Amino acid sequence: MTGSPLLEVEDLRIDLDDGLRRVAAAEGISFRINRGETFGLVGESGCGKSITALALIGLLRPPLSIGGGVIRFDGQEIQHLSAARQRQLRGNRIAMIFQEPMTALNPVSPVGRQIAEMFVLHKGKSWREANQLAVEALASVRVPAPERRVKDYPHQLSGGMRQRVMIAIALACGPDLLIADEPTTALDVTVQAEIIELMRNLCAERGTAILMISHDLGLVANVCRRVAVMYAGRIVEERGSADIFRAPSHPYTQGLVDSLPRLGSRAALGRSRLKEIAGVVPAITRFPDGCRFNPRCAQATDICRATAPQTEGLEAGGFVRCHHHA
Amino acid sequence: MKLRANLVIGGALFALAIVVGLLAPWLAHTDPVMDANLMNAEEPPSWTWWFGTDAQGRDIYSRVLYGARVSLTVGIVSQLINSVIGVALGLSAGYFGGWWDDVVNALTNLMLAIPSLIFALAIMAVLGPGLTSLLIALGLTNWSFTCRLARASALSLRSQGYVQAATVLGYGDVRIMITQLLPNMLGPIVVIGTLGMGSAVLSEAALSFLGLGVRPPFPSWGSMLSEAREQITTAPWLSIFPGLAIFLTVLGLNLLGDGLRDILDPQSRSRRT
Repeated sequence: MTGSPLLEVEDLRIDLDDGLRRVAAAEGISFRINRGETFGLVGESGCGKSITALALIGLLRPPLSIGGGVIRFDGQEIQHLSAARQRQLRGNRIAMIFQEPMTALNPVSPVGRQIAEMFVLHKGKSWREANQLAVEALASVRVPAPERRVKDYPHQLSGGMRQRVMIAIALACGPDLLIADEPTTALDVTVQAEIIELMRNLCAERGTAILMISHDLGLVANVCRRVAVMYAGRIVEERGSADIFRAPSHPYTQGLVDSLPRLGSRAALGRSRLKEIAGVVPAITRFPDGCRFNPRCAQATDICRATAPQTEGLEAGGFVRCHHHA
Repeated sequence: MKLRANLVIGGALFALAIVVGLLAPWLAHTDPVMDANLMNAEEPPSWTWWFGTDAQGRDIYSRVLYGARVSLTVGIVSQLINSVIGVALGLSAGYFGGWWDDVVNALTNLMLAIPSLIFALAIMAVLGPGLTSLLIALGLTNWSFTCRLARASALSLRSQGYVQAATVLGYGDVRIMITQLLPNMLGPIVVIGTLGMGSAVLSEAALSFLGLGVRPPFPSWGSMLSEAREQITTAPWLSIFPGLAIFLTVLGLNLLGDGLRDILDPQSRSRRT
């Protein structure tokens, strides 16, 4: 089963229509995720990773829209499905968990009911059965005393507990793909490790693929088998996660890897400043010509300013989008 | 556990009004309509006539008890109609936005621009006087505040994380409105609703005064108050007791609404325990 692709995205383009003109907020997005695979999408704020996720589940809202390309889920093109058919996929076969466990749960509904609703909605269970399944779901995310906790309201739970509840809701119907958009950003580091571990174990048990979206390259490389790096609406590099750390190809990825603080680096290198990437991400309406990274790139030459680089396959697998890749 | 004074007092007053209305035939001393006797006209309150008598010698105490029936029916039923209309329109307008929002907004502004009593009068003129037309007239003319409130709540709730999460989890629009938006706006809606019941009781009084409500001689608090207007200096008890009944009922409803709001918010519920 693991060989067949679960999700294939081909040349996806997301348009931003501000009423006067259309600009591509993201373009040329292509990647594939196999069944049970963990895939990471990394980039800074505003690079287009979250709208890519929204496009996958059919929830782009004006002024954003899909401008072209194909999204194939389990062999079926889903980008033009009717709203009702897309809704059947969402929560049932493609689930998503969010950055903010504080606000992603309904404050006036007990958490057990919110989990149970998924079984009623997608599996046609009766409320009695669904409530029973909710207790089991809560137990599976290792919430202690689940039969009592189902009656709790979200504000009675800690941030980590709420994110566990979110995971229980997301995995309730046994989805094939879990999209995790910055799932642990709002949590402190020890809780973060627990939640990631839990998510990874549960998905491995059930054969659920994960698309992890984050700005944290370290976290993603740790969780995912393959990683794609996005910059200004394009995927600039896609590699196995071990390779991306060892030998980043694209200058942007190199910059990201260099700017990570390393434990023990002060002892080795002395007291030095963390490296940074000069400049800021360009606004969507003012992407530069050619390679979009060229104004910030130390290796930029004339060709970078003139022509946008195409993707080039790498020997070790994956690809990079750079004229001068290492 | 701290006793919620507003809930207890408000609930007690409202329950008292309902019980009085239901048990009026057993609690009343005389028939409110038939037992007129000019020999007893305009008696002040005494042991025989607890609340005094009116110009026709009818027992005010008995009339106030029976009047509760009309006033409460009008207050509760017409406000329920208003709440249902207001929530349905406002919630859907705030959630869907777009042209539907524009239509509902225009309708709401129209309702706010025309004084609701005048509008109710127009409806009554078409339907003719009587309890049913009173309920319809008041039920169709006071939903604009509820609608505004529901729309504003829906607008702000729509962008909440859990509403977006529900969309992502495959909830349909109707399910989102009912399970995610409605429970989260219920507090203020209930408070507005209880206030609206009070003002419906007062509107009933005004319409009855104009001869379009419940027809005399059958009593309602409003019509009693209106009839008593001319004798307010000579026989003040004629206005005091129906007025007191309205006042206590409206006060009870407001306290009840306040108490319910506290209970409907699970955060304040757990703070208490």
